[in-house]
Amino acid sequence: MKVIVNVSLKAGVLDSQGKAVHHALNSIHFENVKDVRVGKQIVLNLEENDEAKAKADVTKMCEELLANTVIEDYTIEIVK
Amino acid sequence: MKVSILQFPGTNCEYDTKYAFEMLGAQTQIVWHKATSIPEDTSLLVVAGGFSYGDYLRSGAIAKFSPVMQAVKEYAAKGGKILGICNGFQVLTEAGLLPGALKRNESLHFLSKHHHLKVENNDNIFLTKLAKGDVVNIPIAHHDGNYYIDKAGLAELYANNQVLLKYCDAEGATKNPNGSVDAIAGVCNKEKTVFGLMPHPERAMEALLGSNDGVKMLQGFIEA
Repeated sequence: MKVIVNVSLKAGVLDSQGKAVHHALNSIHFENVKDVRVGKQIVLNLEENDEAKAKADVTKMCEELLANTVIEDYTIEIVK
Repeated sequence: MKVSILQFPGTNCEYDTKYAFEMLGAQTQIVWHKATSIPEDTSLLVVAGGFSYGDYLRSGAIAKFSPVMQAVKEYAAKGGKILGICNGFQVLTEAGLLPGALKRNESLHFLSKHHHLKVENNDNIFLTKLAKGDVVNIPIAHHDGNYYIDKAGLAELYANNQVLLKYCDAEGATKNPNGSVDAIAGVCNKEKTVFGLMPHPERAMEALLGSNDGVKMLQGFIEA
């Protein structure tokens, strides 16, 4: 089972990389860009058929290692 | 006085740290991350700077699962004194032994230069040799030194005198190199037994190399 985890800085936490990318996009004339947030994507290949179990395991992985919940949020997407 | 210094794959400040504490008269010992216990009679455990595990995922994130970290947590729980410098500070926040987190510098640049710091609180074993408001000149060398803590956490830090050092200019006026909340450069835990800072006092031990203000800082631990 393939599981995609997206990790990004929390809404209230300033994203300096996003700001720099936003500025760069504006400067190459994409003036319609109003905000940019940069995150990271972690793609996991699990040996698991039980979706609920996979979700529970990956949640634990996020809490313990993949995200730092002091500053980051994460989303989990299960792709079959 | 015995100082144990943790070494992960990618740590690169362990020998500077050893030099600094030996210069102050301490016995030192480097402890490899695979150790499962902290040497007995350790009076201070230092998590040295560097790039543990190449800073992969996040600075300090992988190191917190090294075998030795379980022993570090037990040592901390018993009130053992711990100092985390630079990457060591990042490791201690990731491990939950210190509050907050270190983000990418606001400028996105790696910063490597001397920077002044102001002593905010000295009612702890670390900064006893310095007075509140004293300014020291200490090298910084980091990419992820932008200290973050939420509002509630920040209020708690102030209420318990846990803010140790803030970035400033030579006169002590606030000057923030990396975007840290309130220009915070170092904090401790509530019990004042675990200390962390981004600047490198162990690199400021010889006037010939730009500053020896690190001596006054690290000496606090020696006579504690």
